[in-house]
Amino acid sequence: MDVLDVSLRIGGVLLAFLLLPLLVGQAEHKVMAHMQGRLGPMHAGGFHGWAQLVADGVKFAQKEDVVPQGADRTLFRLAPAVALIPYLIVLIAIPVGPGGMVGEVIDAGIFFVLAVLGVGVLGSLMGGWASANKYSLLGGLRTAAQLMAYELPLILAAASVVMAAGTLSLPGILDAFAWWWVPWQLIGGFVFFTAGIAELHRPPFDAPLAPEEIIFGAFTEYSGLRFALFLLAEYAGIVVVAALTAVLFLGGWHGPLPDQLGWLWTTLKTAVLCFLVIWARVAWPRLRVDQIQRFAWTVLVPLALAQIALTGVVKVVFL
Amino acid sequence: MPDYFHGYAVVGLVAVVGVLFVAVAFTAGRLLRPVAPTPEKLLVYECGIDPVGEGWAHTQIRYYLYSFLYVIFAVDAIFLFPWAAVFAADGFGGVTLAEMFLFLGFLAAGLFYAWRKGVLTWT
Repeated sequence: MDVLDVSLRIGGVLLAFLLLPLLVGQAEHKVMAHMQGRLGPMHAGGFHGWAQLVADGVKFAQKEDVVPQGADRTLFRLAPAVALIPYLIVLIAIPVGPGGMVGEVIDAGIFFVLAVLGVGVLGSLMGGWASANKYSLLGGLRTAAQLMAYELPLILAAASVVMAAGTLSLPGILDAFAWWWVPWQLIGGFVFFTAGIAELHRPPFDAPLAPEEIIFGAFTEYSGLRFALFLLAEYAGIVVVAALTAVLFLGGWHGPLPDQLGWLWTTLKTAVLCFLVIWARVAWPRLRVDQIQRFAWTVLVPLALAQIALTGVVKVVFL
Repeated sequence: MPDYFHGYAVVGLVAVVGVLFVAVAFTAGRLLRPVAPTPEKLLVYECGIDPVGEGWAHTQIRYYLYSFLYVIFAVDAIFLFPWAAVFAADGFGGVTLAEMFLFLGFLAAGLFYAWRKGVLTWT
C-alpha cells in the first residue's frame, strides 16, 4: 500500500466532499432566484454573493447549540454525524475518469454504494426520535416510510445495470458501457434518479421536512452547527446521487473527447443532474404523504421490474 | 485476498477521516458558541405554545403494511445481484431468462395481490 497515493486519494475525496455540496448550494441559491425572477444573494463576498454560504457557515458556528430538556441527548448529538459520514464514504467508490481515476476500486462497488447510502437516512430517523418533539416524530415516521418505499426501486434499477454489464464493480460497469445503453436503460435511469431524489427528501418529495407544515420534521430542534451538518449532508447527497446516476446510466467518463478528459464528462453530467434536482424544487409543489407512497409502489416499482425484464431479454436474445 | 482487504482498508480509513472531521467540527463548535440555557429555551418547539403531553406521543402509523411489503421485496432484491452478475454468462442464457420471468412474475403477483387487498391505499 503506497502511503502517499492513498493519502492523496483520501484528501481528494475529502476536498470534493467539502467543496461540491457548497457549489451545489450556491447554484441552488442563484438558479432558484433567477427562475423566480429574483437576484438571490448579491452582497456577501462582493461578486454575485459568492460567499453567502461561507457567511452562513460562520453564522451557524456561532449559534448556541440547544438540546431540548426531554431529548435523548446522546442520540440527538450523534444524529448529524450519522447523516453526514456515509456520503463521504460513498464518494471514495465513485469513478471519475478511466485508468484508476477513482478513490478506490471496490469489487462489489454498486452493492457497497447502495448499502452505505441507506445508512445516511438513519441520521434523520435518529434525530426525529431523539428530539422528543411531536413534529420531529412525525417527520421521522415520514422519513421511515419514504425510505422503505424508495429503497426498492433504487435497488431494482441498479440491478438492471448490473445485468447489462455483468459486473458489480463501478469502473467495470463503465468499461462495459456503450452509447446505446442510454436509451436501453432510460427507464431504469429515470427510476434511479427519482428514487434517489426521494431518499434525499428533496422537493417534490419533501413531505418529511415540510417547513410550512411540520417545521423541518426531524430537524425542528436542531440549531447551529448540528443543523448545518444536516444541510451539508443533504447537498452532499445530491452530489452523490447525481454522480451515481451519471456513472450508472449516462456513461460516466465516456464522451466524444479523448480519454484524458473523461473526468470532465463525469463532472459535466453530474452538474447537469444537480441542476435538474434544483429545477425540480422550483417546478413542482410538494407531494402529499400518500401520493409519495402511491407513486413509489404503483409507478416506480412496476417500471423498475419492466426495466429488468427488458434488460434481460435484450441481453440474452440480442447480445 | 490481500487486494480484497486493501480496498476495504482504504474505505475504513475514509470512515476514520469522516469521524475525525465531525469530531473537529463539534469541538471547534463547542469552543466558538455561547452557552446560555434558560428553562424556556430548553422546551421543545410547538409553535410558541407550551408543549402538551410528552414528545413521544402516540400516533397512528398509517403505512406499517408498506413496511411488510418492503421487507419481502428487499430480501428478493438483494438476491437479485449475484444472479444479475452472471445470468448471461456462457451456458446460462434461455433458462436463466425463464427463471427471471418466474421471479418477476412472483414479485408482480405479490404487488398485484397487495394492491387488490387495498394495502396501497391510504387508510
